[in-house]
Amino acid sequence: MKKLLKYIKGYRIVALFAPLFKLFEALLELLVPIVMAAIIDTGITNADKPYIYKSCLLLVVLGATGLAFSITAQYFSAKAAVGFATKVRHVMFDHMQHLSFSVIDRLGTASMITRITSDLNQVQTGVNMALRLFLRSPFIVFGAMIMAFTIDWQSALVFAVSIPILFAVVFGIILFTMPMYKRVQGALDQLLRITRDALGGARVIRAFNKQDDERTEFRTKNQEVTARQKHVGKLSALLNPVTYVIINLAIVVLIYIGALQVNGGKISQGEVVALYSYMSQILVELIKLANCIITVSKSCACANRISAVLDLQNDLERIPSAPAKTGMDFIVFDHVDLKYKNGGENALTDICFSVKKGETIGIIGGTGSGKTSLVNLIPHFYDTTGGHVYIDGVDVKALDVEQLRERIGMVMQKAVLFHGTIRENLLWGNPNATPEQLDAALTAAQATDIIKDKEKGLDTMVEQGGRNFSGGQRQRLTIARALVRNPEILILDDSASALDFATDAKLRQAIRQLPGQPTVFIVSQRTASIRHADKILVLDDGVAVGLGTHAELMDNCEVYREIYDSQFKKDGASA
Amino acid sequence: MRKITLSTLLRYLKKYKFSFLATLLLSVATVLLTLYVPILIGRAIDNIIAPGQVNFASVLRILIQIIVLVGITAALQWIMNVINNKLTYHVVRDIRNDAFEKINRFPLSYIDSHSHGDMVSRVIADVDQLSDGLLLGFTQLFTGIVTIIATLIFMLVLNVWIALAVVLITPLSLFVAKFIATRTYSMFKLQSETRGEQTALINEMIGEQKTVQAFSHETENLKKFDEINKRLQNFSLRAIFFSSITNPATRFVNSIVYMLVGLLGALAVISGNGFTVGALSSFLSYANQYTKPFNEISGVITELQNAFACADRIFHLIRRPTEPADAPDAHVLKQVHGHIVFDHVFFSYRKNHPLIEDLNLHFKAGQRIAIVGPTGCGKTTLINLLMRFYDVDAGSIQIDGQDIRSVTRQSLRENFGMVLQETWLKNTTVKENIRMSKPGATDEEVIAAAKTTHAHSFIKRLPNGYDTIIGEDGGSLSQGQKQLLCITRIMLCKPPMLILDEATSSIDTRTEIKIQRAFQKLMEGRTSFIVAHRLSTIQEADVILVMNKGRIVEQGTHASLLKRGGFYAELYNSQFAE
Repeated sequence: MKKLLKYIKGYRIVALFAPLFKLFEALLELLVPIVMAAIIDTGITNADKPYIYKSCLLLVVLGATGLAFSITAQYFSAKAAVGFATKVRHVMFDHMQHLSFSVIDRLGTASMITRITSDLNQVQTGVNMALRLFLRSPFIVFGAMIMAFTIDWQSALVFAVSIPILFAVVFGIILFTMPMYKRVQGALDQLLRITRDALGGARVIRAFNKQDDERTEFRTKNQEVTARQKHVGKLSALLNPVTYVIINLAIVVLIYIGALQVNGGKISQGEVVALYSYMSQILVELIKLANCIITVSKSCACANRISAVLDLQNDLERIPSAPAKTGMDFIVFDHVDLKYKNGGENALTDICFSVKKGETIGIIGGTGSGKTSLVNLIPHFYDTTGGHVYIDGVDVKALDVEQLRERIGMVMQKAVLFHGTIRENLLWGNPNATPEQLDAALTAAQATDIIKDKEKGLDTMVEQGGRNFSGGQRQRLTIARALVRNPEILILDDSASALDFATDAKLRQAIRQLPGQPTVFIVSQRTASIRHADKILVLDDGVAVGLGTHAELMDNCEVYREIYDSQFKKDGASA
Repeated sequence: MRKITLSTLLRYLKKYKFSFLATLLLSVATVLLTLYVPILIGRAIDNIIAPGQVNFASVLRILIQIIVLVGITAALQWIMNVINNKLTYHVVRDIRNDAFEKINRFPLSYIDSHSHGDMVSRVIADVDQLSDGLLLGFTQLFTGIVTIIATLIFMLVLNVWIALAVVLITPLSLFVAKFIATRTYSMFKLQSETRGEQTALINEMIGEQKTVQAFSHETENLKKFDEINKRLQNFSLRAIFFSSITNPATRFVNSIVYMLVGLLGALAVISGNGFTVGALSSFLSYANQYTKPFNEISGVITELQNAFACADRIFHLIRRPTEPADAPDAHVLKQVHGHIVFDHVFFSYRKNHPLIEDLNLHFKAGQRIAIVGPTGCGKTTLINLLMRFYDVDAGSIQIDGQDIRSVTRQSLRENFGMVLQETWLKNTTVKENIRMSKPGATDEEVIAAAKTTHAHSFIKRLPNGYDTIIGEDGGSLSQGQKQLLCITRIMLCKPPMLILDEATSSIDTRTEIKIQRAFQKLMEGRTSFIVAHRLSTIQEADVILVMNKGRIVEQGTHASLLKRGGFYAELYNSQFAE
């Protein structure tokens, strides 16, 4: 929380003035019962009409001045809260964009999004509320008590006793029921899950005739929600009646003491009315204060979650640049280990291989064998936990991350497109690409027909997540995007899985003929996609179990042969 | 506001009509009592005039009256709240139960074509809104109106002229609130639009951050973000500021009312026609209270409208037609051999978009039928029809000579073992998930089934073995592991007919080969339908149906289709293309 406060800096003055003006307003409000008491005691008792007119005019002036103060305060607090939130939002977005992959994995993108959206909105509301009410409400409550003391200290003792009791009751009930409401929410989440399952799993539920079980489960949980709601409802239903009783008992005592004091000549009738008015004011403000405290404490929790993100550092290792080692191939994996921060086992163990400029390397293996982990080390998305990855003889950890990644065309497993035109998406690869370059990339990626059918061609809009394109179309467009930058290194991470075999083959053909002759990494589960690579690396459970050409591996690598056979054997006989 | 929504709501309330009546009565009672207390306090004050002029006996009597009344009021208020809660939560429970009941019986065509998120939010969020707004809101509205009317009467009894002054000025605060609200509305709309725009950008760029970093696109994103952020700041400031004027403004109107009551009251006391200082103090207290229900009502009415819209949405869902019930004379499908006939079947998902036309197929018991074709060609349609997820438009499908519409859905489905590409696991233990297909199965049977599918080895390595709880959405299991569990289910129950719809698509080819052996064994003597895009897995099928654009374009065995050199041969050979 404290760390976030520094972002309010630019708004320090307004943030100070907002509660101050609120305070002025509260002060004026506290004067009203005194003026009214004077009307009764002086005006009515002496039948002094001019005095009554003057006092009423004063009441209007007090109200109008209060209005002016209050509006000023509202403006200042809104300005401070919104300005603060805007600033924090900017800082957070910037910060989040520069977190390393391992931090992103740990935090999860969904949680990051919640923090920058709903958490931050909650903080904005909290700051706004705090500036407006945190001083005002206690000031009115205690102010009323102090005013009571100025009238008559014996009567004021009633205030001194009833305020703490009211405070305890209001907070007690609210604090006690808060965790109960949370449990209601938890039970409700279960209902939500069952409903979602019933829809998403409709086929399976019906295939296994499980409708009755689902219904029973839903009804049980639903009953549980209802029971919890009723339980907490009974307690919260106490708040109004109990405070009502306390405040009225206090008024009864106040009037009785007032009667004694008036009889003794210590105070006047008008002052009894004033004391009664003050007592009536307290409850409303106390409830406001309680709600304010709850909002603010929720905001504090949100603020802490935000601070936690801001505290995370990009933990990519940087080492000072050293002169390039000579006599090395273009890309070298030198005894590389990789262990994810939250995973138990090594994802990669002791990987060694080297690649010459312009070569094509196939990487194959079952699901979870470490193929993606391996290629993710080339753009330094993750740190190796053992060994080194060298590009041109320099450890990637010594290279500037941005410059390194600009040399690489990466096509990830998940084909992601962004909201915007196709052209804008392609320009991600290279903002300065000419139309001819875009065309060439689309042709090589076998994506021209996607554009051809569209009325607006390259200016066709891509909806969020690219959902107006099929999986295969998205894959080809993401490949084109990577090719637009004319990369030195091209990484295709299982990025042709949605393409049919013929298109896949044409794509590989086109990539081989690219003018820039990039070094290409192809990750695939299909032997057909990689069998013609210069070198094939076979992974099994994070360990390299084979390295060589297709022919060599068929000869000496059992895992490779098994994979190949599982896809080709029977055809071999018949084709 | 639609009548039907209101009548549906009333139907739900009917069951609780006594509770409903009780809350209404109690609310009238508490309002009247609450308003009577200031009058008593006023009378007490009238007995405290000046030194020596205090009537202690009267004061004490009145104070005791107050204590009793306050006690009764508080008790009634609590009872009212509790009854009202019960009423609200029970109605909500009933509505949700009905909604879920419907969801369980919706035709698949409805589920497939409508957003699940939307339906879920109707059952959860909309019903919540309904309970908050419509039920609690209604009592608030009712209490508010009673309070206004009762206060009015009490004030008129005390003094007509002052009462009129209060009545005339108070609505001013409503106008002020309304005036501000309409001015603010456009700002709030702009704010939420801009916020939506910003959230979309955040979702995209933070959600797909890895791609962003791979293309070093951070600076451009930040620029775009800041532009939106700037606009948002502008709109938010205005929306928050304008809306926050309402409170001080209505407070100002209140203070005017207060002043008027003081002025007129003081003059009335001086003129000496029976209006006392105590009455003035009661009036002052009313003047403070009178504006409150007005302000509340204006809030409640928008909430009521909103809640009504929510009620409309949830009732709309509940009113949707469900799957047609089984035929009244439907019998249980028993002792199936697996002889399946598609007889002049016509079917389409959308009217005027014919898909399957006059389809005739005959499968002998125990045959293995493979369905192949490019994505979206309608392979799953046949399965939807076989399982009666959808019904044919014309013609019929028969199993062992019986139209599948003449048997109960339950018995039809029991005879099929189905594994889909999309896995679906429940939030319970591995063991229970497998046992789903055969509730009485022993642990030994479960383990034996898992061994045949090679799921045993990974289950063993889970933290609690077969008792490991699978988290929501399958938690930490890989897609391939989830498919293995779903296959194991089928291995356990061994139904007479099988449907494997891309059942091994996420399992790597090496493991797949091993599972194939288990499948081969299971399929012996069982009529089986296999949908696959890996052609290597289906070559041994007795019949291969080749589909394209919803039609069956070729059928035959692997060898005969290859020889024919048609669509299948083309598909097949493209696997080896260079």
